[in-house]
Amino acid sequence: MSERYLSMEGIARHFDSPKGRTTVFEDLWFSMNKGDFACIIGHSGCGKTTVLNILAGLDAPDEGAVVVDGKAIEGPALDRAVIFQSHALLPWKTVLGNVAYAVSSRHRDWSRDKVRAHALRFIEVVGLKGAEHKRPAELSGGMKQRVGIARALSIEPKMLLMDEPFSALDALTRGTLQDEVRRICLQTGQSVFMITHDVDEAIYLADRIVLMTNGPQACIAEIVENPLPRDRRRLDLHKQPDFYAVRNHLIDFLVERSRTFKDALPPDYDRRHPPVVRPTHSAPPPPDGVRAA
Amino acid sequence: MAVSSGVSFGLRARALLVSVLLLGGFLLAWHVAVSGTSATQAMDPEYAKLMGMSATQGKSNMPGPLDVGATLWKHLSNPFYDKGPNDKGLGIQLAYSIARVSVGYLLAALVAIPLGFLIGMSPLMNKALDPFIQVLKPISPLAWMPLALYTIKDSTLSSIFVIFICAIWPMLLNTAFGVANVRKEWLNVARTLEVGTLRRAFTVILPAAAPTILTGMRISIGIAWLVIVAAEMLVGGTGIGYFVWNEWNNLSIANVIVSILVIGLVGMALDQVLAGIARLVTYPE
Repeated sequence: MSERYLSMEGIARHFDSPKGRTTVFEDLWFSMNKGDFACIIGHSGCGKTTVLNILAGLDAPDEGAVVVDGKAIEGPALDRAVIFQSHALLPWKTVLGNVAYAVSSRHRDWSRDKVRAHALRFIEVVGLKGAEHKRPAELSGGMKQRVGIARALSIEPKMLLMDEPFSALDALTRGTLQDEVRRICLQTGQSVFMITHDVDEAIYLADRIVLMTNGPQACIAEIVENPLPRDRRRLDLHKQPDFYAVRNHLIDFLVERSRTFKDALPPDYDRRHPPVVRPTHSAPPPPDGVRAA
Repeated sequence: MAVSSGVSFGLRARALLVSVLLLGGFLLAWHVAVSGTSATQAMDPEYAKLMGMSATQGKSNMPGPLDVGATLWKHLSNPFYDKGPNDKGLGIQLAYSIARVSVGYLLAALVAIPLGFLIGMSPLMNKALDPFIQVLKPISPLAWMPLALYTIKDSTLSSIFVIFICAIWPMLLNTAFGVANVRKEWLNVARTLEVGTLRRAFTVILPAAAPTILTGMRISIGIAWLVIVAAEMLVGGTGIGYFVWNEWNNLSIANVIVSILVIGLVGMALDQVLAGIARLVTYPE
């Protein structure tokens, strides 16, 4: 594998309220290599978005640090692009204006024409050619999110951070955009860290799926390696032999173990090296077996 | 679409019709009310010369719509004559007032918008300046007049100062509110793109807060136009406010009514200018 690009080293985040201090999550350890696609799954309140904001540099951990490319994160940077859940387009700018704003922020010295050409290239990549002079209010939800993706890709980041990017879309649009994100990421070898609620989305897109227990004091329960082949396609995903093994494993976790995991920690559980599992149909992992693994 | 636009056109046409009918009814009632005669008293002819027409002929001193129309036409046909300090055309008087309002208003905008940015972007300055704003804001602008006249010693500059001080608050508060309430996600976009503070202020915060700022500017221009009339009544010399007071002293009610009408029309025009600019910077979400 290629070199380690990102690592979270024992990060924790507390929120102080009049009632006292709440620890959302603590002592998270996780690292990613270049070209990895990782998804994080967990229930609301486990701090997924906070983790992503910390990776983006929009928030800072109270303990621990995140190291990117050998340096601790000290704030937002252009090498990590964020695709926001609410797309966060600037409504007074056109599609082209929104993407060009990112491009000109990345390349301060570029001429107007060069910025424009670069922006148009990425608008074409996400399939919005012809809509570049529309304003966000004239676009459907799916098109808005495409602009958000084009904006993030246009700065050619080393890492793409996605906060439930497709959750506000209808099923059909979501599927199309998942296909495109997967195609683009495979083509460019993009490293991606993504939050999702959707188990099928995680199985389709991610190489590794991080399972977080319920908050407060959430922790990483285990890391699931996706057993499906790399050339998987969304439409026949459910026909893959290992699909139901991994799907059931994730669902079991969300339904039951995300709640109970902390009460009965596996004896050899190590926060620095959470157990890695690879559910396959030949060896369906019973919950006990997982803990022993 | 055709149906709905037909309906809205019908509504507009009917509203226009009602407006015209109301105006006609009002003018007619006004005409009838002032054209009647009341009983006259027998009086000494020498004394009668000193009395107005209401006493000698029973006619009302209040001009009717036709008199006001004639006066208005006289002003409109020659708006820019200048026959000395107390006899200038209506256009010249309005120009003086509009010039004072413009200068005071622009100065207020130059101070209020940057200061509003500072207050909106810095919670510290917001808290530190808040007591001053809360105390200064409710002061009637005319209460500043004696102080202004004493320190500035120039009536025109004093009235400009009064416009400045009354126009500044709505712009300041709206700018601060608009800047402080820019959506966090837009600011986060700028942060993840490593946009610097100054560029962020101009490319994200200013366009995002522009509709709110323009609302404040629109309120301010309305207040400024209200205040200039009163200020000019006090300081005198030139301007539409002075004109009204001068015509009151001349007992020329027709001129007073014409001025009232013109003040209303100019105020509406100023408001529409700001409304037009506001439409340009408003973005649909």
